[in-house]
This record gives sequence, structure tokens and C-alpha cells, in this order.
Amino acid sequence: MVNKRNKIVVTFISILFGLIVGALALAIAGFNPIEAYKIMFEGIFGSPKYISWTIVRSTPLILTGISVAFAFKTGLFNIGAEGQYIIGSLVATLVGYFVKLPVGIHAIVAMLAGCLAAAIWGGIAGLLKAKFGINEVITTIMLNWTALYFSNYVVFWEPFKRPNRDASQQILDTASIEILRNWKTSDAGREFLRNHEFLKNFLNPPVNFGFIIAILVAILIWYILKNTTLGYQLKAVGFNKDAAEYGGINVKRNMVISMMIAGAIAGLAGATQVLGVSRETAILSAAEGYGFDGMAVALIANSNPIACIAAGLLFGGLKYAGSKLQPLIGAPLEVINITIGVIVFFIAMPKLIDILLSVINGKKRGAKVEDTK
Amino acid sequence: MKILNDIGGIIGISLMYSAPLIYTALGGVITENSGVVNIGLEGMMTIGAFAGATVAYFTKNPWLGFIAAGVAGALLALLHAIACVTFTADQVVSGIAINFIGPGLALFLTKMFFDGAAMTIPVDLNNKIPRPLDGLFRQGSFLDSVFNQYATVYIAFLLVFLMWFMLYKTRIGLRIRAVGEHPKAADTLGIDVYKVKYLAVILSGVFAGLGGAAMSIAVVSNFRNTLISGQGFIALAAVIFGKWKPHGAMLGCLLFGAAQGISIYLGRTEAVSSQLLAMLPYIITIVVLILFVGESRGPAANGVPYERNK
Amino acid sequence: MLTPQEIDELMEIIRSLTSQGKTVIIITHKLKEIKQVADYCTIIRRGKKIDTVKVEDVSEEQLASMMVGRNVSFKVDKTDREPGEVVLEIDNLYVKDNRGLDAVKGLSLKLRKGEVLGLAGVDGNGQKELLEALTGLRKVESGKIIMNGQDITNLSPREIIDSGINNIPEDRQKRGLVLDFTVAENMILENYHKKPFSSGGRLNHKAINDFATELVEKFDVRPRNIKQFAGALSGGNQQKVILAREITNNPEVLIAAQPTRGLDVGAIEYVHKYLIEQRDKGKAVLLISFELDEVMDVSDRIAVIYDGKIVDILDAKTADEKTIGLLMAGGGVDGE
Repeated sequence: MVNKRNKIVVTFISILFGLIVGALALAIAGFNPIEAYKIMFEGIFGSPKYISWTIVRSTPLILTGISVAFAFKTGLFNIGAEGQYIIGSLVATLVGYFVKLPVGIHAIVAMLAGCLAAAIWGGIAGLLKAKFGINEVITTIMLNWTALYFSNYVVFWEPFKRPNRDASQQILDTASIEILRNWKTSDAGREFLRNHEFLKNFLNPPVNFGFIIAILVAILIWYILKNTTLGYQLKAVGFNKDAAEYGGINVKRNMVISMMIAGAIAGLAGATQVLGVSRETAILSAAEGYGFDGMAVALIANSNPIACIAAGLLFGGLKYAGSKLQPLIGAPLEVINITIGVIVFFIAMPKLIDILLSVINGKKRGAKVEDTK
Repeated sequence: MKILNDIGGIIGISLMYSAPLIYTALGGVITENSGVVNIGLEGMMTIGAFAGATVAYFTKNPWLGFIAAGVAGALLALLHAIACVTFTADQVVSGIAINFIGPGLALFLTKMFFDGAAMTIPVDLNNKIPRPLDGLFRQGSFLDSVFNQYATVYIAFLLVFLMWFMLYKTRIGLRIRAVGEHPKAADTLGIDVYKVKYLAVILSGVFAGLGGAAMSIAVVSNFRNTLISGQGFIALAAVIFGKWKPHGAMLGCLLFGAAQGISIYLGRTEAVSSQLLAMLPYIITIVVLILFVGESRGPAANGVPYERNK
Repeated sequence: MLTPQEIDELMEIIRSLTSQGKTVIIITHKLKEIKQVADYCTIIRRGKKIDTVKVEDVSEEQLASMMVGRNVSFKVDKTDREPGEVVLEIDNLYVKDNRGLDAVKGLSLKLRKGEVLGLAGVDGNGQKELLEALTGLRKVESGKIIMNGQDITNLSPREIIDSGINNIPEDRQKRGLVLDFTVAENMILENYHKKPFSSGGRLNHKAINDFATELVEKFDVRPRNIKQFAGALSGGNQQKVILAREITNNPEVLIAAQPTRGLDVGAIEYVHKYLIEQRDKGKAVLLISFELDEVMDVSDRIAVIYDGKIVDILDAKTADEKTIGLLMAGGGVDGE
């Protein structure tokens, strides 16, 4: 078993390698990697506005990352985070638009509704695996697409669709979780912010409570996994369902519960994104990719929910900063995808890094090095 | 006669959509039979689609594009092989990495080769994969709809047969399967487990790449980033549906292609919402899985990295 | 897994090969086989060669102490005991195997307090399915299992454990342990949801750790590190963890399936000691094993299973290997 410290080292080295390969790709394509990385660095830290955008962009990634990480820890591969995200955002929009509730409560109800719907969506895959033994990889992929088209179908529904737009009606203000939304655009607000440069920049993007919610969820999931009987039995089923079964744990039920929790978290990602940033559900031809990206976040975080916060920020930061490359120096933003891919690639091979480290350290690992053919 | 033509139309569309899936699914079949899980089929398909469209455009020769697609897929698969076979990486994680690297690289190169554009310049209609039976049947007739397909469709079915033959009737196929079931036993019998796995994984990249080209220079005429969205995963589903056998996977692809064909056809008649129709193939796949497949068991040593000294 | 007669045949084959001038290398930890057929024996312990001896010059005891590094007693220290009342009754049980065919075909058996009942048989005669039925992991098609008067047929694994039956599983890595869990986490596999290990859904780590620390000491699990992943332990120590967990539960009935598979002579001695201890405390032990020697040494009574049925039950003191071997192979079927 690789111990925890080694895993952190592997992660950092993988990130380093990823950035190096990204630089190489840029160089080969004729761009100056130093310049590119400088632009990216300034793109994140150069202004309070950018930092704020990074946080906003990272929030859904942190949550989908936690969703996938949780599923991994309980022995399941949740490729379905994408579909659960869509369902969560759809239901949150529906509740945000059609239901009338006071401020604050409206948002909470909308989020919970999104979580519940997404939990059911995830639970379907869990049930299919528990009852029929069908691999959750296939069912969740099928459900992802089903969710996408279902969401589009619902948005086309007349009372819900916005005329002349490929999107739904917007959520009511009472459901929004954006911070100080109305205040910062009001006259009083603008006046105040004129004198407070930092805050003005920071509040420019749709800063919302989603980030705080993501942190709370990370802590909650970490707690569940470490300190509760629920976490214990879910992990047991995930690590070795035969032994768990023999020990008296109900394997089928726990598989479904795992998928439901993972679904709820991914659904929360969709809900917070809607309630905080987009305020509507759009008609899409393909999924936005938060669920897919969540897999990379979970892997970089080594399936640790708290580490997902950092990994989500890293991923979100890279994506946000990378989007500035094309307009500024014409470099394709896809170099970020390549970088992320390489990071994950190296994370997959701790053995390689082990070998590199031992070669660098001059230590001879004897038989181990020779045997790797 | 219209109903016959309609059915012909559905069959024709189904075959056309199934073909890219079949190539990729064959790739999945071969690697899983050798014991290496390959989730990265999607990424390999994407880079193949890009390579096929790009080379076909620049050389004005679709077959060069087709071959280039296979090579591109193979190169990406080589990464997967190195990670999984030599460095005993977690195969699922490596596959996910491939799914980031493949499309990322494909789009990156597209922007490089095509002046910042997000799609390759469409191949001239004369330079696409040809239709060998074009003109043989009366246009619009049942036979024409069904059989006037791109050459890549016919090649796909031929490859299913070749794959089946190779896996079950030749020595190399036996070795591949042995390595997937019980690598240790295969090793003690003198089979080079590492080489066999490398071969299988690289071949899977070739197949997936060809599948991508079957999309980009046959079904359509260029590569863009929404071209391959999910086909690689659907092919993977077909592999599991087909119980890791080439003919089974082919059936899975046909099933999906047929559902796709029906939904496109019904979409033309505007009888049902296009969104609901779009859901159809995916729901049908799940239903069929429930009814017919149940617990799927792959090769015994699937997903387990082989270490000689363990 | 071979019957005694089949083992003899194998030894014959080996002897005929050597008489033809061929060299045969057997790798085994079965001292009897070494004595039966080997001329020379090299003992290896912990990767080092200890010695090479001429087999006819050494006794089994000497071989054993070289293997383990200390003196090992073979004969299980067993005082005679009068078995008590029936605690577990299996009545005309029918259980199907994975292919849907009957594997257990009308099996009946009574287990009494204060006795070790050994179940001897060749692998594949229904032992696996019987064991899974007894632990709630496989459906009973017909027949009954009655524990202390309570019908426990087809109850869930947890309910069966709660009724007083614990089991040392045949495959310790598959069924017995979660290799990715620590030793401490494995110790509470069956009881994590009960006090003191948890209350209100919250785990009590201190109680868990105290419990585990006590057990690794008592059952001599090495290393003593309860935070070690179970997968890193040796086979013998893994088995000790399982033993510790099951025995501490103080079950009325302990079912031990292949409890000494893959263990060295020293660990085997250890396991047998604990099984006898359970029996001396007035508990019932059902020992399912393919090792006939083990069954004969440890059991009070020996039941032979063949083709899904009990073909005979013998008194261990008077039973002889040849008879049991014959019954295991299906010869001399008397019915019950």
C-alpha cells in the first residue's frame, strides 16, 4: 500500500509534469511557454476579479469532484455525474421559477429538490447494478444522455421556455444564491463600491454561496466516510463486497445508497450553478462537461473530499486562465486539456514516478528497477 | 412501396451510424480480452477522426486518411499501453487521462493546422471515403438505401469476422485470451504476457482510430469537437453487452445504430418530440441490458495489471 | 484436493518416476508426504535455507521444528469430553449451486455443545454450498436449519450471526477480510454498528482501537500495529485476525472452513488450539476441511460428506483413514 505522503508527492510531481508537457506542446506549436504561463498566472491572480472568477468557475468542479471521489471510495465509478448534474440544475431551475417562497428558504428548497432528483437519478444506476448486476459504467453513460435530452424536452415545455431564447425562464430573485446581487447593482451599492476598488472587482463576477456550500459538503462527506457507520459500511462494500456481505452488511442496499449520495452531490453542483450563476437551464446539444471534469478532479485529489477543494480550484483555475490564452496570444486553450490529461496520466502511474525519484536520488532500488521491463 | 423504402431508409441510416461504433467496439473487444480495460476508446476515436479528416484533406486521398487515423489511434494507445502494461497503472485512470489528452490534442492540432479554426476544412465530396456500390441500384429504392453505403461500413463488418476468426481460430488469438484469463499460467507456458498486451492495446487504438475516421471522412466530411461525443463510451457499452465477443459487440452496435436510425427517421416525420426520440437509443440499450444481459463477467484477469513477480 | 487413496497413487507415480532415473522436486509443507516419498529434504524458512537432510534420518517432529524454528507438537492436546445437547440441527437440506443444479441433496446433521464435529470430504461435494447456506449467503431450497430451537433457514447473514453462529470463512482474503481496511477496521466487521464501537451512527474510534489492541495482543497477531492494512499481513496473521474476531464474538456455534489452508505448521498448531478451546468452553465447532489429518486430529466425531449428503458419521477415536477415505470417494455408501 502506497502511504499517504508518497501519494501527495506523486500528485505534485504529476502536476509538474503536466505543466511541463503543456509547455512543450505550446513551444512546439510556436508559442512562448513562459509567456503563456505568465498570462495564465496573471489571469488568475492579477486582479481580485480574476480570483473571484476562479472561485466561481471552480465551485461546480469541486462538487462533481466530490461526487466522483465519494463513489470511488465506495467502489463505484460514477461517470454519471454529468447526467446527475443536469437533473440537479433542471429541477433547481423549475423550483426556482415556479415555486414562490421567501428569500433564502426558496434557494434552500430549490437546492434540496435538485439534490433529491439527482439522487434518484444516481440511484437508478445503483439499483440496476444491485438488482441486475449491470455495470454502472454503461448505465450511467446511458443515463447521462437521457438526462440531457430529457432536460431539453422539459425546457421546450411552453410555460417554462423563454420565448426567442434556447433556454428556460430565469429563476426568481428569491431563489438566487448570488451574494449581494441586487445590492451591488443598485445605486447605493454602486456608490459604495466606487470607493472600494478591491470589493468592486471581487464582486464583479457572480460570486455566490456555492463555494461555501462546496466546502461544507466536502467536510460533511469527509466526516461521513471517516466517522460514521454509514461510511464504514459503504467503504466495506466498495473495497470488498464479499467480505462485507459475509460480515452481515447489505451489499445491494449500500450500493444504491452510495450512488444516491454521489448523485445528490453532483446534482448540488448543477443546482448551485443555476442558482448562483446561470439562473436558467439552456437547451444544449451536448453536456457541458462538469461531470467529466469532475473525474479528473477526483483523481487529482486521490478521492479525498477535502483535497477536492484544492484540486477543483486548480482545475478551475487552469481552465479559466487557459481561456485567456487564445484571445491574448492565439494559443489554443486545448493545451489546458492536454495538461490536465497528462497530470491524470502521471497520477495513474505512481510506479513511474517512484522509479524517477529513486534514479534522481541515486538510490539503487535493486531488483525492483530491473524487473520493470 | 413507400413503407419498404422507409424501412430501407431506416436500415441504411442504422448501418451508417453503427459502423464507427463497430470499429471502436472491436478495439474494446481485443484489449479487454487481453485483460486491459480501455476506457480511453473515446479519446482514441477522437484523435483518429481528426487525423483522418486532416490527412484526407491535405492529401486529397481518403484512404491515406483512413490509415493515418489508425496510426494516430495506435500512438495514443501506445501511451495507454506503456502506462498500464509496463508501469502497472490503474487502467481506469489511464483511460480517463487518454480521454482528456485525445480530444485536447485533436482540437489543439486542428487549430494549429487550420489557422485557429475549431474544425478541419471539409474534405471535398470526391475525396471522401467512396461508396463502391453507388449507382448500382435505383436511387431511393429499398436496395439502394440499404446497400449503397460507404466502403467503411463494409470494411467494418469484414473486420468483425476477421476479429472473430483471429480470436477464436488462431494461435495468437488464443494467446491473447489466455493472457486475459490467467496471465500467470500463460507466462509459465512461455507466452510473453507483456508483448501480447502491448499488441492488443495498440490494436485497440488502431480500431478506435479507424472508427473515428469512419465518422469524419464518411458520415460527415470533417472533424470538429462535437463529432465524437459519447460514441467511444457507447462502443464500450456494446462490448460489455456483447459479452466481450466480437459478434456480440457488433450486435450491440447494430442495436444502438438501429435505435438511432429509428429516432432520426421518426424525427423527420415530426410525429414525436425530437428530444424524446434522441433519448430512445440510450433507454433501449438499458432495457435490453436488463432483459438480456444481467450479470456480465469479463475475462477473469481483466483490469488487473500483470506483475511477473507478484 | 485428493482422497487418501488418490494421494497414495500420486506417491506411487512419483516413486516410479524416480525409479526410472528421473529427478522429482516436490514443494510441500505436508510432512507426511515428505516422509512418504522424499529421499532428501531442504528446509526453507523466511527465504533462507536452513538445512538439507536425509529424510530417513529425521523424524517429522525434527522437520517441523526446523520449519518453524521451535518445537511443534503434533498431537492436539485434547481431553475427552461428554458432548452436551444439540445446538444446531440441519434437517434434510437442499441447496443449489451456481449452475442451478442440486449441490446439497437432503443433508441432515446434528451439532452438539462441547464437541468438534469434523466434516470430511473431497472438494466439490457440496461443502461450499452447505457453508453458504449456513451463513445466509445462499438460498435454501428446502429443509430447515434450526439454531437453539429457532428456525434460521434463509435468514440474512446478520440475523444468523446474531443468532449465535460465527464462521471462519474458507477464503480469508475474499470473504474474511477487507484487505484495504486496517486490522482494527477488520476486527469490527461484524459489530461496527453495535455499542461500544458506535452509537447513533457515529463510530467510536477509541473503543475500536482499544478493542483491536487487546485482541492483537491476545491472539498474537504480528506485527502488533492495528493501523496496518490487513493486506500487508502474512497469511497466518490474517487468519489470526479472523480467528480473533470470530472467537471473541463468543458464538454458540463456530464453523471453521479450511481454517489452516496455506498456514505453516506453527500457525496450524495455534489454530487447532483455539478450536479445541472453544469446544472445551462448551461451544460447538463444525470443522470443514479437506485435510483428513486435521479432521481426524481435531474432531470428536467425523461426518463424511459425499455427493451432497452425509454418508456416515464416525467416532474420531476409532475411525481409521482407509475407511474414511473410502467413504469420501463414495464407496460403501450406507445412508445415514
